[in-house]
Formats: sequence, C-alpha cells, structure tokens
Amino acid sequence: MTAVELDHATIRIGGNDVLADASFAIRPGEFIGVLGPNGAGKTTLMRAILGLLAPTAGTIRVLGGTPLRGNPAIGYLPQVRTVLPDLRLRGFDFIASSVHGERWGLPHVGASERAVIDDTLALVGARHLAERPLSEMSGGERQRLLLAQALIGKPQLLLLDEPLISLDARHQEVAIDVVRKVCRERNITVLFSAHELNQLIGALDRVLYLGNGQAVLGTVDEVITAPVLSRLYGTDIQVVRAEGHIFVMSRGRDVEQVEHSHDHGGHDHHHHH
Amino acid sequence: MAGMITTITTDMFQYEFMTNAFAAAGIAAVVSGIVGFFLVMRGQTFAGHALSHIGFAGATGAGLIGLAPLWGLVGFTLAAGITMGVLSERISNRDVAIGVVLALALGFGLLFLHYYTSFATQATALLFGNVLAVDRGMIATLLVLGLITLAGLGAIMRPLIFASLQPELAEAKGVPLRLVSTAFLAVVALAVSECAQIVGVLLVFTLMVGPPAAAQRLAGGLWSGLMLSAALALGEAWLGLTIAYYTDWPVSFCIAVLSGACYFAALAAAPLRLR
Repeated sequence: MTAVELDHATIRIGGNDVLADASFAIRPGEFIGVLGPNGAGKTTLMRAILGLLAPTAGTIRVLGGTPLRGNPAIGYLPQVRTVLPDLRLRGFDFIASSVHGERWGLPHVGASERAVIDDTLALVGARHLAERPLSEMSGGERQRLLLAQALIGKPQLLLLDEPLISLDARHQEVAIDVVRKVCRERNITVLFSAHELNQLIGALDRVLYLGNGQAVLGTVDEVITAPVLSRLYGTDIQVVRAEGHIFVMSRGRDVEQVEHSHDHGGHDHHHHH
Repeated sequence: MAGMITTITTDMFQYEFMTNAFAAAGIAAVVSGIVGFFLVMRGQTFAGHALSHIGFAGATGAGLIGLAPLWGLVGFTLAAGITMGVLSERISNRDVAIGVVLALALGFGLLFLHYYTSFATQATALLFGNVLAVDRGMIATLLVLGLITLAGLGAIMRPLIFASLQPELAEAKGVPLRLVSTAFLAVVALAVSECAQIVGVLLVFTLMVGPPAAAQRLAGGLWSGLMLSAALALGEAWLGLTIAYYTDWPVSFCIAVLSGACYFAALAAAPLRLR
C-alpha cells in the first residue's frame, strides 16, 4: 500500500491546471519535503489529498482509498491560520474545540479526550501551553500547539502546509526536529511544504517538487538538478552546491529567497472554499 | 443599604408595566448576550447590525399590511440572514455590500413608514425601542422565540466554535461551513428581532456587542466568557431600566450608556483578567 498515490491526475482550479497529468507514489513512513514556487499547487495538492478538491482527470489514492473529507487518519496543519486577536482562549480549549468539532450539539470534552490532548501536548513539548492564552503565545509556541493538534487521533498521514512561515531560524529547526522525531517513532508519512530546501535536507527522505503543472518526486540528488528545475520553473535554473547547502538560482538570484520575500502574508493563491 | 434597595424595588414593581419590562428585557438580554458572544467571536458584528436595519423595513412593512411589527421583523431578518449565509463568500464578509443593503433597507423602512398613519410614535418605538409598552402576550412570545433561538444555537454550537476558530481545518475535518454559518445567521436574525423589541433596531449593539466584547476581554474560557456575557447583558438591561425609572431618561439610552461604560471599563481592566 502507498500512503499517497497520484495516477495521471489533473487538478484544475478556475480553468487553470494546477497539476496536469501528474503521477507519483509516496511510501508509508516517508518524510517528503514539498517544494516549488508560489502558486505551484502545494496547498492545492494537500486539499486534494484531504478530499476537498476532486481531480478532473486521473486518480488520487490516499492510504489505500479514495480521498475522503474528514478522514480521521489524516492530520492537517493548514497554511492560512485565522487569528482571533481579542479572544482570550487557553491553548487547551483551542485544541479541544477541534476534537470531534464536526459533531453537532454542545461542545463536550470527555476525560479520555482530555488525556489524549495532554499526552499529545507533552509529545511535542508543549504541555506548558495548555493554560496559556492563545493571544499571549509567540509564533513558535502557537505553531507547536497546532502541530500537537494535527497529531491528535494518531494520524497515519500528516499534511503540514508551510509550518515554518513566521518562525525564526531557531524555531524552524526545532519544529522540523519535533516533526521528524514523532513521525519516525510512529511511522507517520509526512508531507511538509516549505519555501526553503536547505533546512529540510537533513530531515527529509525525498523531495516532491511542484511547478508548471508538473510534479517530480525523488531524492534531493535526483530532483534538485538544473534540467529538472528548469522544466518546473519554465526558465533557466542553475543549482549551486556549497558547504552542504544547495542554492537554486535563476539569472544569478536565489529563487527561494525571492519567493520568500513575496510571501509575507502566507496566503496561497489557490486557496478556495 | 438593603432597606434602600427594597424600597426602590417595591416602589418600581408596584407598576405592572415595570415588571413586564423587566421580564421582557431579561429574556432579550440573555439571548442577545449569548448569541452576541459568537457574533463578536466570528467578527460578524456588522452583519448583525445590517440584519437589524433590514428588520426595520420588515417591521414597518408589516405595520402597513396590518401585522404585528415583531413578525415583520422576524420574517425579514430571518430571510436576510439565510440569504447572507447562502451567499456567504459573495456578501456576508464584505462591508461594502452589507452597507449598501443596510442603507437600502432603512430607505424602504422610511417609505413604509411614510404610508403608515402613526408615523412618529411607530418610528421612534422601532428605532429606539419601547420596552415600557410591552404586555404579557409579548413576554410569552419573546420567551418562546428566545428558547427557539437558544435551542438552534445549542444544536450548532460545537461545529460553530470549531469553524470560527479554525475554518480551514474545520472544513478538512468535514464541518459543512456554509450550512453552519447560514444556520448561525438565522439564529442571529432571531436574536436581533428579540433585542430590537427592547432597545430598538438602532441600538441592538448595546446588548448584542457591548456585553460579549467586554466578556471576551475579561474571561479566559469559552463557557466563562459566555456566562459573563449573558450576565453583563442582563445586568445592563435591568440596571438601565431602574435608572430610567428614577430619572425619566429613555431606557435605551440608559442601557447604551451602561453597555459602553462596561466595554471601556473592560478594556481598562484587561490586565486584571479573570481566569
């Protein structure tokens, strides 16, 4: 069984093929870095895996079945995070609202659910955040809380959409380490989208690079090459390696840095409801 | 002190119009404080304001064809709330669209009033409330309407909280976002109709936004915030009535002043929050 498999899948949004005839297979337990320029379809791909978007052609298989909205085996950390500045809500209550939050009626958290939330917070080293109000947390702390939330319910597949945005370099490293550690222990498949390849190099098993409607899955050495990336970016790309770092350059400029400076808001252009 | 309060209350409650006003204002305030809590949490206060103005057109229109204003208010706000929910992405979060509809509704309300014989009294009562004219029948109606409103809110509360705090995740987990937000706007429409009976369509914010906004500044949890919001709304409504009785100032003015004072006090007291 594969964790995620696309077979000649085409995903179209607003008359635009975000992915065209894409095929790849992700194995269970793999840590996949999902990279590519803005608008390449990182968020769209995750939404398709979640069953929020259906492919217009081809098939998508997730954990051996067709994508199903509300699949409890998938943990998700969305990129667009709604912040409610005035609401003073404890970290625990914030997470608790998502546990079976799809059920009708009054909110209710049972003793076993409380225990699961506590354990998961401890797992990512966030137990101290349970009693802290959300509005007083730093970006890194909030991210840790959201990561704990994504791990509740023992998912087999974790979709993390740009979890490093708005974190400083040290917190980015910590976040990557926590994800890698927990997912190795529990054999969770991870799709981790990011702007920058270099921080992820030590953690990831393979890279899924998106661009120009295409998707290429392979090891860093197979994918991060001038011919492959030139095809995905639709422009002449050079790959420069220096001291264990890889720089993807276009006409002498680092494309990842350029991308990043354009994306402060962290909003994906392909976000649809 | 206790003796003075007893004197004040016995004096006030010997009049049936005052006991009726207390009952009606109490029901509407609790419903407004609870529903308003979610309105503020979702950042949809402007939509609530628009609903009350649309209700004004409904109330005056109902008067024109011989129906009780309350039913025009309920019918119009409910229809408008559901429409806003269904068109959610195109309308409900766009201030300009809401503003245009709001002004249009007030304009129609004015037209209906123009053809209505008791122009001035009716207009003032609808715009600024007339809680001292409430009778027993109206109290029963408000009670039933209030229970329906709270039952509706209770049915959707869990997915509503999830969808308000984390809409992207809620959608992925299978919460029908549009259904939840439409049902919520229907609940808001009913609460607005209740509230407008007490403080008038122009001042629904005094009970639906002031108390919940203050409560969210002070309380640290959902339930404590919700309870505090209802308690503040109730306290402001009853204290406002009492002040109005002894000063002869308009009731809605007294409630508006208390609501504003309470909100600004909560802002100032924010560092001393309750947990």
